[in-house]
Amino acid sequence: MFSEEKLNKVKEIIARYPAGKQKSALIPVLHLAQEEFGGWLSAETMDYVASLLQIKPIEVYEVATFYSMFNLKPVGKYVFEVCQTGPCMLLGSDNIIDYIKKKLDIGVGETTKDGLFTLKTVECLGACGYAPMMQLGKHYREHLTPEKVDAIIEECRVKAN
Amino acid sequence: MGRKLLFDKAHIEGIRYYDVYRANGGYGSAEKALKSMTPDQVLDEVKKSGLRGRGGAGFPTGMKWSFIAKPEGVPRYLVCNADESEPGTFKDRYLMEFIPHLLIEGLLISSYTLGCNSCYIYIRGEYAWIPDILEQAIAEAKKNGWLGKNIQGTGFDLEIYVQRGAGAYICGEETALIESLEGKRGNPRIKPPFPAVKGLWDCPTVVNNVETLAAVVPILRIGGDEYSKYGLGKSTGTKLISACGNINKPGVYEIEMNISVEEFIYSDEYCGGIANGKRLKACIPGGSSVPILPANLLLKTAKGEQRMMTYESLADGGFATGTMLGSGGFIVLDEDQCIVKNTLTFARFYHHESCGQCSPCREGTGWMKRVLQNIENGKGKMSDIDLLWDIQRKIEGNTICPLGDAAAWPVAAAIRHFRDEFEWHVLHPDEATKRNYGLAHYADPLEIAAPAAV
Ligand SMILES: Cc1cc2nc3c(=O)[nH]c(=O)nc-3n(C[C@H](O)[C@H](O)[C@H](O)COP(=O)(O)O)c2cc1C
Ligand code: SF4
Ligand code: FES
Repeated sequence: MFSEEKLNKVKEIIARYPAGKQKSALIPVLHLAQEEFGGWLSAETMDYVASLLQIKPIEVYEVATFYSMFNLKPVGKYVFEVCQTGPCMLLGSDNIIDYIKKKLDIGVGETTKDGLFTLKTVECLGACGYAPMMQLGKHYREHLTPEKVDAIIEECRVKAN
Repeated sequence: MGRKLLFDKAHIEGIRYYDVYRANGGYGSAEKALKSMTPDQVLDEVKKSGLRGRGGAGFPTGMKWSFIAKPEGVPRYLVCNADESEPGTFKDRYLMEFIPHLLIEGLLISSYTLGCNSCYIYIRGEYAWIPDILEQAIAEAKKNGWLGKNIQGTGFDLEIYVQRGAGAYICGEETALIESLEGKRGNPRIKPPFPAVKGLWDCPTVVNNVETLAAVVPILRIGGDEYSKYGLGKSTGTKLISACGNINKPGVYEIEMNISVEEFIYSDEYCGGIANGKRLKACIPGGSSVPILPANLLLKTAKGEQRMMTYESLADGGFATGTMLGSGGFIVLDEDQCIVKNTLTFARFYHHESCGQCSPCREGTGWMKRVLQNIENGKGKMSDIDLLWDIQRKIEGNTICPLGDAAAWPVAAAIRHFRDEFEWHVLHPDEATKRNYGLAHYADPLEIAAPAAV
């Protein structure tokens, strides 16, 4: 369940659309739910969102499964989403992905045993001029090198403690 | 230095904030439009400017606006397309991050012209920090009487809302974007009806790119006639180009559309040449969807003319020997890059992003990806190259939305211009997994390289 504050945020989002068009709030509210409820969307979370927006649960599932930013299973506390499309590939994203795999001892799509890190590969995030890059939470980490990856991992470990 | 219209003030410290933006002439165009011009007069200026959509297709903006239906009592909507997901493209991000008020002012003038009282900015979900910047700018504009009710005492009302997507390239296609804004999967609609008649919540809707809407501000400032004197021919004004790949100075540049491709790549004002002293092999000048060109055809057209950074010059020669300006995502490949690998990443991208509604796109993109994977991994057959050609031909033109074409073109162009490199991969599988093909003849003078139309 959302806090009072988040419920107000939901109301504010719904108010952006004409009366009766509250379904438009679905994607913004799913973002909010994913942030609030552990970084992924469980069936219960999706049903809850459906009830908030007065739409059918299936309407929520349809959307949640379509968009790649919604996680349908649990992920690590820190998700490394490394871009692998052309422009990043030209500047060595493959090496960065390999480096992270070795360093964290996980494959793409996997989470470390301590539940701290998940590695994902993603397609172009609109940072091609600052390649190679990855998304970490709300922000981008650009011009990646193995040294920078080390520093990011360390930073996350410190934050998690 | 080339003339600038959008980024002329981008270097001013604090231009992101209202006070600085306003002190430097910001909201002057909006003031002029709302206080001294009718919507039709503004539309005339936009038509005279020759402005063409900056999202990729280059459709004349004034003409698009004149198509909007105006049934009595039905709201009209302006939607700003900030989905920016075409690989190689990162220009709208820069504009929104650094001069958000330029976009807000453009949205205000455009909404006034179209008669819209609500406007939505649909921004790709991954740009998760930019909505905060935009919402702050919106709040500042509102506080200063540029948004909300009775703007500057003119009686015009406007609210602007920011909506985040959630990771789907297809939502950049305007009808998929509208579906997404309605809270649905991003499945493109069959056109007609066009959004101008039946768009968001079935109301008349105009969808324009961020840069297009921002360009309305300088058009009003200097006038449509003056704007049309920038650039060459029908490529009027300036264009934001996001340059990336193997160049010395990747980044976002505003160019006047009158410089040559060669100047753009090699001059210090722009890309600063190829990185690490390497040579230019190929370039995809308008985002991943447009045809790749080898160096020789990039710098000069098949007729031997200097190739310019304009819609017309880049398209000169059609797909046989030309390409497109597209979204301005300018991707440069140096002599060490592998065309097969690069094409494979794009094929994988389109397969990942296909919404799955049409079988040629859904199946064809996956098939192309797998065939390219085989060739790249040294398991390809000669017949695979023809197979790829065949698959892309069967996708092109046979789908609901242009994503199918966008997936087909990069593969077609790669085979058309770099067939020898694909063949080398097939014939030398071991070597091909260890090293790249290199520059071959692509940088040679033109006469040997202009391929016949296929
Ligand atoms: C698959 C696909 C993706 C697109 N992505 C974008 C995009 O990210 N941004 C954009 O402005 N236009 C994109 N477009 C073009 C839009 O459909 C539309 O033409 C454009 O927003 C119109 O604005 P403009 O006339 O100002 O360019 C895309 C089109 C297709 C077919
Ligand atoms: S062409 Fe592809 S992306 Fe476009 S509607 Fe068809 S399946 Fe969807
Ligand atoms: S290709 Fe990686 S951000 Fe664009």
